[in-house]
Amino acid sequence: MECVARIRDQQDQAAFAELFNHFAPRVKSFLMKSGADASLAEECSQEVMVTLWRKAHLFDPTRASVATWIFTIARNKKIDALRRQNRPEPESLPWQEDQEPDAAEALELQQESTRLAEVIEELPDKQRDIVKRAFYGDLSHQEIAMETGLPLGTIKSRIRLALERMRHSLK
Amino acid sequence: MKNMTVKHTLNDELMMGYAAGILPEAFNLVVATHLSLCDESRAGVESYEAVGGAVLESTATSKMSSGALADCLKRIKTEQPEVAKAKPSEGVFPNPLQAYVGGDLDAVKWRSLGNGTKQAILPTASGATARLLFIPAGTAVPDHGHRGTELTLVLQGAFADEVDRFGRGDIEIANEDLNHQPIAEMGEDCICLAATDAPLRFNSLLPRLMQPLFRI
Repeated sequence: MECVARIRDQQDQAAFAELFNHFAPRVKSFLMKSGADASLAEECSQEVMVTLWRKAHLFDPTRASVATWIFTIARNKKIDALRRQNRPEPESLPWQEDQEPDAAEALELQQESTRLAEVIEELPDKQRDIVKRAFYGDLSHQEIAMETGLPLGTIKSRIRLALERMRHSLK
Repeated sequence: MKNMTVKHTLNDELMMGYAAGILPEAFNLVVATHLSLCDESRAGVESYEAVGGAVLESTATSKMSSGALADCLKRIKTEQPEVAKAKPSEGVFPNPLQAYVGGDLDAVKWRSLGNGTKQAILPTASGATARLLFIPAGTAVPDHGHRGTELTLVLQGAFADEVDRFGRGDIEIANEDLNHQPIAEMGEDCICLAATDAPLRFNSLLPRLMQPLFRI
């Protein structure tokens, strides 16, 4: 989280390198599990990391962890490069970029994301496998129809509050 | 123009499918348009994206090529930060839909389906079809069932069917079990964005004969 802020505020290359070393090998592996060959996955992972640099000022830590944010960039890259399709995205919310995100809210969201990751690791093997395969793009949406048992209530209400605060900040 | 009173939101299957990026493009378009109007569904989708983040974090690593970091560092020196995000749409269509239409409501190239009803098919990849529907106030859409999944998002006016009433921002998710006859409410013409991953099943002969003609 601090790394993204350092990229945003100071164009800090050391912070970029730190994020790169942690995430690029994971993004590459994620893309290969999604059907990319090694060279395409390598190329796309580099593009994902460059996108992170360009979009650092758009990252909202009250709504997503860094891993979540990078996941969405990688997912969109996958749809673009592997499926060769457009990815329609919801319109961005009317928040002011110069407005500093609330630190306490951001911290709680990050903690909640960590807790969620733990919960997923503790799922029964079969259920965890379905969740992972869905995100690697290995299942159709009909096949995940039954997979609604994830405990997302707390993280969802945090995100909901952050969205509300953004809506109000404009009024 | 946002609507904070959306009553019919996405189900978990679609939230997770959109977050995971495994829906057909036409469904993604309907979902992205709905999310622009419904914070409840948006929070749900972003929670599933958090699941995606956790999955990414737990993915075993694959070694990057030796010069990869150096290449990226070279590239970012010349990269400009992306310009500010587009403002939310003030029109009838939220931004993601405007991108497919090439503008707001007045840019739609309608094709008549008879009875004042009109449609416009939007260009998306195969796997599912997206269309805009114009149903004059007080008019019924032919009674039909579904082979696959049909998503219908209301953008203007409202319709009612056997299930409930659907107004701006509401999404109806129909599958094989639902046979319905949506009727547009009096007062305002109803405009919907709909997507199907299989042809509809009409219960009377005439619309059935017209089906290949109109690709519905």
